[in-house]
Amino acid sequence: MIADLDPSICNGCGVCVQICPANVFDMGAGTPVIARTDDCQTCFLCELYCETDAIYVDPDCEAPVAVDREQISPLRGKFRRESGWGEQAAEHPNLHWRMDEIFRRAREA
Amino acid sequence: MSRTVYSTDVLVIGGGLAGCWAAVAAVREGVRVILAEKGYVGTSGVTATAGPGHWWVPPNPPELRQKAIAERHARGMGLSDPQWMARIIDTTWKTLPTLSNHYHFYTENGVTHYRGLRGPEYMRAMRALAIEAGVTIMDQSPIHDLTLAADGSVAGAVGEHRQLQQAFEVKAGAVVMATGGCAFFSHLLGSGNNTGDGYRMAVAAGADLSGMEFTNYYTVAPVRSNMTRSMAYSFARYFDSVGRELDIKPGPEVNEALAKALMRGKVFCWLDRVPQDIQAIMPHVQPNFVAPFDRRGINPYRDRFEVTLRGEGTIRGIGGINVIDDACQTRVPGLFAAGDAATRELIAGAVSGGGAQNSAWALSSGQWAGRGAARRRQIRTSEVVSMRISGAPLLSVEEVVTAVRQEMEPPAKNMFRSDSQLRRSLQRMDAVWAAVRDRPVSSERWRDQALRATVATARWSLNAALTRTESRGMHRRTDFPALDPHQAHRLIVSGMDQVAVCPHFALATPLEAL
Ligand SMILES: Cc1cc2nc3c(=O)[nH]c(=O)nc-3n(C[C@H](O)[C@H](O)[C@H](O)COP(=O)(O)OP(=O)(O)OC[C@H]3O[C@@H](n4cnc5c(N)ncnc54)[C@H](O)[C@@H]3O)c2cc1C
Ligand code: SF4
Ligand code: SF4
Repeated sequence: MIADLDPSICNGCGVCVQICPANVFDMGAGTPVIARTDDCQTCFLCELYCETDAIYVDPDCEAPVAVDREQISPLRGKFRRESGWGEQAAEHPNLHWRMDEIFRRAREA
Repeated sequence: MSRTVYSTDVLVIGGGLAGCWAAVAAVREGVRVILAEKGYVGTSGVTATAGPGHWWVPPNPPELRQKAIAERHARGMGLSDPQWMARIIDTTWKTLPTLSNHYHFYTENGVTHYRGLRGPEYMRAMRALAIEAGVTIMDQSPIHDLTLAADGSVAGAVGEHRQLQQAFEVKAGAVVMATGGCAFFSHLLGSGNNTGDGYRMAVAAGADLSGMEFTNYYTVAPVRSNMTRSMAYSFARYFDSVGRELDIKPGPEVNEALAKALMRGKVFCWLDRVPQDIQAIMPHVQPNFVAPFDRRGINPYRDRFEVTLRGEGTIRGIGGINVIDDACQTRVPGLFAAGDAATRELIAGAVSGGGAQNSAWALSSGQWAGRGAARRRQIRTSEVVSMRISGAPLLSVEEVVTAVRQEMEPPAKNMFRSDSQLRRSLQRMDAVWAAVRDRPVSSERWRDQALRATVATARWSLNAALTRTESRGMHRRTDFPALDPHQAHRLIVSGMDQVAVCPHFALATPLEAL
């Protein structure tokens, strides 16, 4: 579930408020606040849409988890990078099209 | 709260894969289209977090499609219809290449890979396509109820812009219901908004449902995670808590075997057989599959990790709104159904349509419904059909969610079904229904409607499962373990307070007629 929105990284663009499918965020004073943690569906999509990597989602989908900002710091932006989202597209191409070949190799294994 | 009133030719409810294709097809007919979405068109719905591989069969030589349909029809155990299968294969084949301006399809040795699209990019492309085509999108705008005209045909819907706390009504000539399936609050990946709202709205307006007994498909995921991306598990080995390897082979029987093992104790998965080169590219094939492992410091190719099964309800199950013509119109005139909101019995029969059929169906039924809806145009005077809500809450949100999950999720109850257990579950769901049907639960109307919809969907599913006294496809009855040739028919479910289940003996188009 949504675990962190670091206001010291966030630029206040408001995109996460708009795109979260579960309407988890409210716009606060300058930066959004996590207003409805329990509604979070752990989809990681706010991380994709956040250009500053201010958001961190913990993989536990059953209950909120408290995270340590220092500890998660190396993980910030990794999902967006690996997805080749936005400006990352050229360097990290979307290899999803290789799924068929992977399934075929599993069948042959 | 005063209501904003909008007027349009076509209203599409739900902006997932099916809803976006419906809106695009309708607007291309030259009519005005509003697409109302509970969350955000682009991130909402189960497509956005998945990576749907579509049913993708070339037209030539013609034997290819005939063979694909014959094979899939046989697996559907007599309930699918080859004619509908042929239609979705053809529509999918013609449609996906038209998305090239918005989705980057990879071309290798002169062959473009159209079949599988990654979810976040696919739904971002669908949003761009809808905007480009001229669809009016309303994000964060859950629909509560349909409105009907005096003659019983659909006249529009009411809902709210939930970030503005502004109620609205849309007067529309026709409505496409594309609200997706219902996961019974299981935390299946991407299913948070899939609470069966469309089933409840449609049945309340007089529509019926089909395939509701086939609502018990499951997918493996790491414990406490919703990550039901299953590709890597096609290499999986499974172990019990003392490290003994279990006899569970990847394939169609894996769910049943995993469920039995989980009923005995903890189950651990090991992905050591995934070849090194595939391990290396996995983050760029399915980035969300690797994210939960990364964040827990688990290397799934080296470490064994505990797994669970997530219930999929009607999502990679089958059930949904019954459609009565080629344009996917429902029994309510002017109301069309598409994607997981509609039954997938026609194209998948008694087994899951995940992996190929479902996305091909969402894309195809969406376009047929959108075009059918665009032909109606005529705006009618409306009467809201919603139930009067009054009194104090009898149950909390959490109590409702827990009750549904406890009855609908455990494989011991819902994968291995029996008359006595189904009756116990139904009794509890009936009691929950009585407590929420005309009373508030939370302070938010859209939330309460979603809770009611899921409880209603559970009741339809349990009633259908009780009626089918045999085992067929994903519907397994421990008290009727055999297939009964006399029950090779669909079950049609209707009614809100009084649920009725009727057999439907329509003949499918024979294979030879294609
Ligand atoms: C993990 C996973 C992997 C899958 N992989 C494949 C695959 O490889 N191949 C395949 O064929 N199929 C696959 N499927 C199935 C496929 O994704 C679905 O069949 C398809 O996405 C259905 O599209 P839809 O538009 O009907 O539903 P969804 O995409 O779920 O969209 C429904 C939308 O309706 C909205 N909504 C709900 N209620 C309301 C309301 N009251 N008001 C307004 N809006 C509302 C929701 O917010 C949502 O955005 C997979 C499913 C999952 C879960
Ligand atoms: S998307 Fe990121 S940068 Fe923009 S408001 Fe949200 S957290 Fe801040
Ligand atoms: S993970 Fe998904 S549901 Fe949760 S806050 Fe982010 S976008 Fe919203």
